[in-house]
Amino acid sequence: MTRLAKTFEALRARRGRALVPYFTAGDPSLADTRRLVIEAARRGADVVEIGIPFSDPLADGPVIQRAAQRALAAGVTLPRVLELARDLRGEVAIPLVFLTYYNPVLAFGLKAFARSAADAGADGVIVADLPPEEAGPLSDETSAAGLDLIHLVAPTSTPARMRLIARRSRGFVYVVSLTGVTGVRDALAPDLVTQLRALRLITTRPICVGFGISTPEHVRAVAPYADGVIVGSAVVRLIEQHAGTSRLLEEVGRFIASMKAPLQEGE
Amino acid sequence: MLAGAARLERRARADLGVSRLPDALGHFGRYGGRYVPETLMSPLIELERAYAAARRDPKFHARLRRLSRDYAGRPTPLYEAARLTERGGGARIYLKREDLCHTGAHKINNVLGQGLLAQRMKKRRLIAETGAGQHGVATATVAALLGLECDVYMGSEDIERQSLNVFRMRLLGARVIPVESGSRTLKDAVNEALRDWVTNVRTTYYLLGSALGPHPYPMMVRDFHSVIGREVKRQFRAATGRLPDHLLACVGGGSNAIGLFHPFIADRAVRIVGVEAGGHGIATGQHGASLSAGRVGVLHGSMSYLLQNDDGQVAVAHSISAGLDYPGVGPELAYYKDTGRFEFVSVTDEEALAAFQSLARLEGIMPALESAHAVAHAMKLAKSLSRRHHMVVGLSGRGDKDVQVVSKALGS
Ligand SMILES: Cc1ncc(COP(=O)(O)O)c(C=O)c1O
Repeated sequence: MTRLAKTFEALRARRGRALVPYFTAGDPSLADTRRLVIEAARRGADVVEIGIPFSDPLADGPVIQRAAQRALAAGVTLPRVLELARDLRGEVAIPLVFLTYYNPVLAFGLKAFARSAADAGADGVIVADLPPEEAGPLSDETSAAGLDLIHLVAPTSTPARMRLIARRSRGFVYVVSLTGVTGVRDALAPDLVTQLRALRLITTRPICVGFGISTPEHVRAVAPYADGVIVGSAVVRLIEQHAGTSRLLEEVGRFIASMKAPLQEGE
Repeated sequence: MLAGAARLERRARADLGVSRLPDALGHFGRYGGRYVPETLMSPLIELERAYAAARRDPKFHARLRRLSRDYAGRPTPLYEAARLTERGGGARIYLKREDLCHTGAHKINNVLGQGLLAQRMKKRRLIAETGAGQHGVATATVAALLGLECDVYMGSEDIERQSLNVFRMRLLGARVIPVESGSRTLKDAVNEALRDWVTNVRTTYYLLGSALGPHPYPMMVRDFHSVIGREVKRQFRAATGRLPDHLLACVGGGSNAIGLFHPFIADRAVRIVGVEAGGHGIATGQHGASLSAGRVGVLHGSMSYLLQNDDGQVAVAHSISAGLDYPGVGPELAYYKDTGRFEFVSVTDEEALAAFQSLARLEGIMPALESAHAVAHAMKLAKSLSRRHHMVVGLSGRGDKDVQVVSKALGS
């Protein structure tokens, strides 16, 4: 059983839900990302997503776009993110999932990427611009390497596509909560609960919801319908606000704890 | 009656140059496909179906044909450039005059087709990306014609270089949205347009301006521009009784090139050459020659050749012509590069500028700087060939939009 599967099984057994914060690797520096991930795990993160920056992140809104630009300007490359993962694997026990776009993976080599990522101790990978139709070659390599390739469901996905994606996805199914790019939002999409219920009828795989989830109220609203909640832009925005200050870890750590609270067992 | 309908459909299919490639998932060999966020998958499939239905509908073709003729000015002339030929002292050079199209470039062929499709799909709003501004102007034009809302994304760097076209778009009632991210040129404008589409996909039609992006765009854009090559075939036969020996066109994303080339793919004797932006020279790394100097990668929804660094980060292209200033290229051109059917060369900024001036002085035609790349290579190539050799150059657009850039580059 993979580390992701074990994590969700254990959570389900105690009726808990996963908090999955996202960090762009190297924003503001790789050393900071390392400290932030360790702090996140300490404050209750159950899984961490580590973004491998790409020059043209077309699924991302301004907050994560800026983070990627900062990371690339700081000289972050895919091999250095793999090193970061290897280092983190020695520090934290929770699953580590890469989130990126297809071109950096393709440039590195699909087999080399899958092997190196698994070897570094990463557990899964999400490729934002790789729908199941095009994922065959990478999926062959990630399966062989024991890495979970996680697919996304969107509000525009038809029932047939939801079934296809749920079948192909490993580790969990990533539900994009809204029709749009990543970013902090005031309100959740009105039809999100309907979408989550529909997906539950299709699959028994763990379901994690992301895009736009920014407050403990959002978390509380989706928690009953999902196995986990992914928080991206809200975390990255905090990092942007506090980068270079002594309060960075504390601010991000406190936010993560506040987002985790509604997901605790029995809630 | 039935026979008539069948004939109409056959003619309609021939009009759009329907061919076997791409396959059902939009692949040209290993290239093309749909590398997009899941949010766009169903809309792309819906678009593909709507296009397939339009393609079967004789009324759609009739309307497109009528607008192409009465509104856009098709067919465009095939003109034998006698003084240009004389200067080269070799092969005879013909120009396919897309510069005479309404709005000043070939771009109108594609926007009329896609505009009518958007209308069929009951979308109220068009969005587009633009580099040189030609596609933005064309989209704004068709939006005005069809009474649709229109937002055009344009890199802030290009807004500066092509201010005349920005003003034209505004006069046509479109909103021009400056893009400040990344390199602030065409590639970033495509990113922003895709982000807008991801967000507003239910109400908005993304009118992509070149033969790139996710399936079905490369196929659709090719089909709508294939009218260029079909006319050339007919016109050239009428003038000479045979086919040309060479076809040349500039390659940015590849829409005017594939439009001219596609109807000739099966005509093996016709040599086909795409001319990319050599910028300051391939060796300097500052150019837009993805097919000549790039590696296979994925950008903006399809697999093709791509300018990128070793880490898979997309490089910033450079060209004096904003329309060729793009690090990727359409997947069908990548496919025919690999099969050897198409050849690709590059022409520097300086050579394009010289060709711009030559054509102005020898023929009284100011080409777009994009098209000047093809003219430059034609002049080079013509020298080495005999008078019995005939070449057709796709003159994709006119140079009015470039007068400021040229004047600056010439230091006058
Ligand atoms: C006149 C002209 N020619 C060529 C191009 C390049 O595009 P494509 O390669 O799609 O024909 C442009 C793009 O803006 C253009 O305006």
